[in-house]
Amino acid sequence: MSAIPSPHRDQRGQNFRDLASAAGGPVISIAVAFIGLLVIIFFMGRILPIDPVLLIVGDQADASTYQQVAREMGYDKPLIQQFFIYVGDALQGDFGRARLTGNLVWSDILQVFPATVELATTAIVIGALLGIPLGVAAAVNRGKALDHILRIVMLMGHSAPIFWLGLMGLIVFYAALHWVGGSGQISLYNMDIVPRVTGFITVDSLLAGETEIFWDAISHLILPASILGYSSTAFIGRMTRSFMLDQLTQEYVTAARVKGLSRRQVIWNHAFRNIRVQLLTVLALAYGGLLEGTVLIESVFAWPGLGQYFTNALLIGDMNAVMAATLVIGSIFLGLNLMSDILYKILDPRTR
Amino acid sequence: MLHGIAENAGGVPSETLRSSRLLSFWRIFRTDVSGMLGLGVVCVLVMLALLAPLIAPYDPFLQSLTSTLLPPSAAHLAGTDELGRDVFSRLLYGARTTLLIVVSVSVLVAPIGLIIGVCAGYFGGWVDKVLMRIVDIFLALPSLVLALGFVAALGAGTENAVLAIALTAWPPIARLARAETLTIRNSDFIAAARMYGASSLRIILAHVVPLCMPSIIVRVTLSMAAVILTAAGLGFLGLGAQPPSAEWGTMISTGRKVMIDHWWVAAFPGVAILLTSLSFNLIGDALRDALDPRKG
Repeated sequence: MSAIPSPHRDQRGQNFRDLASAAGGPVISIAVAFIGLLVIIFFMGRILPIDPVLLIVGDQADASTYQQVAREMGYDKPLIQQFFIYVGDALQGDFGRARLTGNLVWSDILQVFPATVELATTAIVIGALLGIPLGVAAAVNRGKALDHILRIVMLMGHSAPIFWLGLMGLIVFYAALHWVGGSGQISLYNMDIVPRVTGFITVDSLLAGETEIFWDAISHLILPASILGYSSTAFIGRMTRSFMLDQLTQEYVTAARVKGLSRRQVIWNHAFRNIRVQLLTVLALAYGGLLEGTVLIESVFAWPGLGQYFTNALLIGDMNAVMAATLVIGSIFLGLNLMSDILYKILDPRTR
Repeated sequence: MLHGIAENAGGVPSETLRSSRLLSFWRIFRTDVSGMLGLGVVCVLVMLALLAPLIAPYDPFLQSLTSTLLPPSAAHLAGTDELGRDVFSRLLYGARTTLLIVVSVSVLVAPIGLIIGVCAGYFGGWVDKVLMRIVDIFLALPSLVLALGFVAALGAGTENAVLAIALTAWPPIARLARAETLTIRNSDFIAAARMYGASSLRIILAHVVPLCMPSIIVRVTLSMAAVILTAAGLGFLGLGAQPPSAEWGTMISTGRKVMIDHWWVAAFPGVAILLTSLSFNLIGDALRDALDPRKG
C-alpha cells in the first residue's frame, strides 16, 4: 500500500501502522457509540409505564413480598449499579428468557438470525446490481429524459411504504399471477426436511442435494428480497449518481476524452474506478438500512427472521427480547458504520 | 466565515436578513417543477384534512354490516372495509392523523435540535464535544428500530409514536444548527452585540436562532417523508394509532387480512402514504437544490 519501495519488513510494519491509525479513530468513536447504545437500551427497559415488579407479584401482594421480588430483580439497587449489571449480563449474552417462546433470548436470536441475513444479503445484491448501473446511467445522461425517469423510479423507492409494497407484491405476483411462493421461507410441505447446517435455507437445501426445496426457497425469497432491494436501489442509485457527477465534471475526464478514449472507457475505467471506495461505504450503510427494512418486510411475509421475532416481541411488550434484538441490530449497524469508515481510510489514500 | 453575514455588521436587523434569505429560497424553489408539484399536493392534502368533516361522504367510524367489503363504486369511491366503513372517508380522516403526527414531531424536534445544536456551536469546548457525541451516537443507530423499541416500552398509541419518532429525529437538526451557529458565531455583528454587553442568552435568542431558522425549516421538511413512513410503519405493526381511529398504516394492517380478495382496503391507504411521502420528498429535493444550486 505504501507508495515508496522499501524493504519488506519495514513495509509490513508500515502497513500495520497504517491500518492501526486508520482504524484507531473510528474504533474509539464506535466504542463510545456502543456504550451510548447500551445506555439508550437500558433506559428503554426502565421507562415502562407499568411497574415491572408489580407486574410479577400482582396488586394483591403485601409489602414484604414486593420488596423481596424487587430485590431479586435488582430494582432496589441504585440505577447506576443496575446499569452495570445490565451491561455485564448483555456482554455475556445473558438477556434473560423470552416470554413468547420460553427460550433464552440469545438462543432464539441465533436461531432466527440466519434467515434475516439470507434475506438482506440477497436484497443488497439486487440493490447493488440495479442501483449502481442505474446511478451511472443517470449521471452520464444528466438532465435528459433517462435521468428524470430514473429519478422518479428512485424517489418512488424511498417514498413507498415498504410493507405496503410487500402486500401489493403478494396480491399481484402470488395471488393473481402465481409467479412466486407466498409467505414464509419455504412451502409448508417442505418445512423441516432439510437438516439445518448453516441456517441459510438455500445453502442447506443445496448441501442436502434437495434441488426442489432449493427452488421452492428461491421462489419464496425472490419477492421480499426484490422489494427490499428496490428500496436500497433507490439509495445506492442516488449516491452513485451524485458520486459520478462529481467525477464527470472534473478536468481529467475531459483530458481523457481529448486524448481519444471512448466515452465508455472514460466512464468505466476512469470515473467509475474513482468512486469504488465511496460505493463500498455506501453499500455497507445500505446493508444497515436493509436490516431496518427487514423488520417490516418480515412481518409482511411471515419470514422467520430477527425482524419478525422483534415485532412479535414488540406486540406483547416482551422487553427482554425487544432490548436484545435492538442491541443486536444496533450493534450490527455500528459494526457496518465502523467497517465503512475503516474501508474508506484504508482504500482511499487521500483520507490518511 | 465572514461572507455575507459580515455585511450585516452595520446594524441591519437580523429579521430583514432572515426574510431576504427565505425570499431567495423561494425564488429558486419556484422554478422547480417537481418541487412545486409536491408543494401543490401537500397543500391539497392539508385542505382535505382540514375540511374532512365537510367533504367526507360518510362518517369514517360508521359501521354497516350490510355493506361490508364493497368494491369501489360511485357510492363508495374507494370501496368499504370489513366493517362496512367507507374507505374514502377514512382516508380523508387519515390525512388528519398523518399531518397531526408530522406537525407534532416537527414541533417537538425543531426546538430540541435547535437548542442543542446552537448551544454546542455557540459555547464550543466541552459542551460542544459532549452534545455532538450524543448526536453522533443517535445518528449511528437504526432509528426505526429504536423508535419501535421505545413505543413497545411506552405502550402503543399515537402520542407515544410521536414521542418515539421525535426521540430519534432530532440529531440531524442539531448537527445542522451547530454548523450554522459556527458560521454565525464569529461574525462581526455578534462581536458587536457582545461588546455592547448582550448576554449569551440574548445573543443566542435574538441573533443566532433567527439566522438558523431557514435551514432548520428546510431540514425539518426534508425529514417529513421519513416521519410519515415511520409513523405508517408503527401503525402497520399495531404500535401507532389504535383502531378504530383512521390512520393509513393501521388501515393497511387491518385491510391485510382481506386483501387477497378485496385489494382496495389495503391498496388505497398505501397510495395515500406513497403520494404524501413522495410529495414531501419532491419538496425536500427542490429545497436542497435551492440551498445548493451547484448540485443538480
